[in-house]
Amino acid sequence: MGIAIYLLTFAILLAGLYAVVAKKNVVKIIVGAAILDYAVNLFLVLIGWRTVSTAAGAEGGAAPILAAGQSGRQLLASAVDPLPQALILTSIVIALGVTALMVALALRLHEKYGTFDLENIRRLRG
Amino acid sequence: MNQHHGMTLIVKNTTRLVSGFIAVFGVYVALTGHLSPGGGFAGGVILASAGILVVLAFGREFSQRLVTETQYHLYDSSAMAAMIILALLGYLAGGFFVNFMNATSPQSVGESVGRLNSGGTIPLFNLAILVKVAGGLAGVFLALAAFRAGGRSQGADAPSVALPGGAGEKED
Amino acid sequence: MTPMEAIVPLLVALPLLTAAGIVAMAHVRPLAKFTSGVAVGVVAVNLVLSLVLLPARVGPIYIGGWSAASTLGIQINCDALAKLMLITVNLVALASLVFSLSYMRQFTKVWMFMSLLVFMVAAMNALVLAGDLFNLFVFLEVAAIASYALVAFGCEAEELEAAFKYLVLGTVGSTLILLGVGILYSLTGQLNMGLVAAGLRKLTLAGGKVGPAPLLAAACLIGGLALKAAMVPFHAWLPDAHPSAPAPISAMLSGVLIKASGVYAMARVVFNVLGPSGPYATVLMTLGALSMVVGVLLAVGQWDFKRLLAYHSISQMGYVVLALGAAAHVLSGPSPQVAVASVCLLGALFHLFNHAAFKSLLFLSSGAIEQQAHTRMLKEMGGLARRMPVTGFCCRIAALSIAGVPPFNGFFSKLIIIVGLAMAGYPVLAALAAFVAFVTLLSFVKVQRYALEGQPSASAAAAHEAPFSMGLAMVVLAVICLLAGPGMMVLRDWLFEPAGRVLMAGSAALIGGAP
Repeated sequence: MGIAIYLLTFAILLAGLYAVVAKKNVVKIIVGAAILDYAVNLFLVLIGWRTVSTAAGAEGGAAPILAAGQSGRQLLASAVDPLPQALILTSIVIALGVTALMVALALRLHEKYGTFDLENIRRLRG
Repeated sequence: MNQHHGMTLIVKNTTRLVSGFIAVFGVYVALTGHLSPGGGFAGGVILASAGILVVLAFGREFSQRLVTETQYHLYDSSAMAAMIILALLGYLAGGFFVNFMNATSPQSVGESVGRLNSGGTIPLFNLAILVKVAGGLAGVFLALAAFRAGGRSQGADAPSVALPGGAGEKED
Repeated sequence: MTPMEAIVPLLVALPLLTAAGIVAMAHVRPLAKFTSGVAVGVVAVNLVLSLVLLPARVGPIYIGGWSAASTLGIQINCDALAKLMLITVNLVALASLVFSLSYMRQFTKVWMFMSLLVFMVAAMNALVLAGDLFNLFVFLEVAAIASYALVAFGCEAEELEAAFKYLVLGTVGSTLILLGVGILYSLTGQLNMGLVAAGLRKLTLAGGKVGPAPLLAAACLIGGLALKAAMVPFHAWLPDAHPSAPAPISAMLSGVLIKASGVYAMARVVFNVLGPSGPYATVLMTLGALSMVVGVLLAVGQWDFKRLLAYHSISQMGYVVLALGAAAHVLSGPSPQVAVASVCLLGALFHLFNHAAFKSLLFLSSGAIEQQAHTRMLKEMGGLARRMPVTGFCCRIAALSIAGVPPFNGFFSKLIIIVGLAMAGYPVLAALAAFVAFVTLLSFVKVQRYALEGQPSASAAAAHEAPFSMGLAMVVLAVICLLAGPGMMVLRDWLFEPAGRVLMAGSAALIGGAP
């Protein structure tokens, strides 16, 4: 595993970036922006992953929820880092807002120009 | 598929059956947000999805009879105001965002950990976020659906220039 | 918690509460007509609060009663640099709001505009106060989302197109920033700026070299922030987005948003988090010099007044970033030249403040002219100085300031930047900055010649003076442009020098509670 999963995340990021930069369709650009967000979220969740080497081998990756009767120290020994998960939740909320705004703008653009093709949506120059 | 009269009978009946459960589950996820995975945002999204299901199945006009656009605005903004007021109430206990309802210090986990009544102000924040997210998300969906159905004249949720071309009249 | 420390969170909480309140008020019949007044009121209160905070010494504040020792609490950082930005943001926001009281009457649903604008102000206040990287990102995004919606406010074809372009590029920028923040978190296990800086110092390789992972994080962060600041390779969205917005929003975007979410954040990250070092300084100087030159060259050929102003924004931000880069350069290395760096930083911060004043004034007067003459094309204007004396007078003051004519504020800040560059050992760049100032002057002579002087065109003949509130906003900003030049010494002692000291303290600034 190790570095390969990060490379995969990076590949998703590049795929999203490609869609945003190279595609000419408004809807495809919105999908590309969403993929870009997911790639970063995936990266953030991966950096929170922790394993603890015990006698039985690598252990960990438990959800960071305190179970009944469990001490904080026991939880710390096995749980993943909860902070990146909180970050992802926030970043998802932001991405939701941005995507909603993008869709609204795309609908309005379609109303004005009658097309989703950016080749034809070019009234601004310079 | 006719937008104005909703989908087929099967979809409508299924929606009648499940939408209430979805809504209750959304509220549950928000109310136990301080104890288990979930919270205000996840609960709000689930609650909003119940509303979105109703819009999809029965059409926009029906759902606007249940909750109007104005009401969505009011839910959304008042929940946000409530959240900030809760944060400001923390000044009573010593500072912004201080958990003033927690008997012990905010850093330590309370004694009633695992109970529904633990967490001080956090469940209240979750509740406000539930209303905010559900109202906001359903409102956004309704605005977009309204746009698709009838264009800007149907009360689409965006401002428009009163006079075309920005030709403002002389004021004062 | 001292009373001063209690004020600081209010700078964010009050406008947020008002933004929500405006939406609610707009739907309640008897309250609906007060929405604009409430918006103006809360920003005025914010300006007063940030002026009250100015002389106070406020240490780091932790939200929710966490202590500094726990290293977990969310930190609010009200140091001198944040205070400078707070005053700039709220001043320009107040002027824009007062201006829009009359200007926005041509639009429907003004309450949405007011709510979004107040929301943007709240987000910018929070952005400059943020003491950790993730909050910086969040409020950058909140301010950006409000600005995307405001650019599209008129819902005309061009505005929607510009807003979409702005939105897509802005999303790419913020994704890069979040990626950079994530990498820094994975390296140091912290998000608090001071603690990240301390963690990065431990990671520094032998000989003061920066390792590859921090370099990647820095590249993501600086790239994303340069996109937000519209530095030249990433500037494509700005000349579309800024002119398309309603005039008060153009003033806010060009006047403070690109500064708060671009230049300020870049300065904070490079100086206080990453620590000024060779590669970052070179990148900043390259970006700055490129923007300065390319921006002004693109501006010269423009005939659309607002578009011309937007290109000048790129160019003037280039000055600021170039001076920041020069300061970072002399601070890096084994023997930092603190005196030279302080001159560069003084120039950069002074120019940042000045640009906020004169560029927002220029955009506001362009709005007043557009409303009266019904055109943004310089060739279709003419003789407006006679028709609109107050607007014409304010526009002239702003044009002279941005062009760097001696008694006005722009002259002093550009002079300090040029002197600073020469002292830092970049005579060529100093000459380039002087040349760009000259081209800027030429470009604004053109504006004077076509818009304000000459025979009134058909569209300009019917123009009248702008309404009172628009005139008031412009006059206040013009007075600031006039006084900031002669009053430079006072401003330096109160605003710019303490703020420069925060940046010069480098990565140590945020831990011990900087001045």
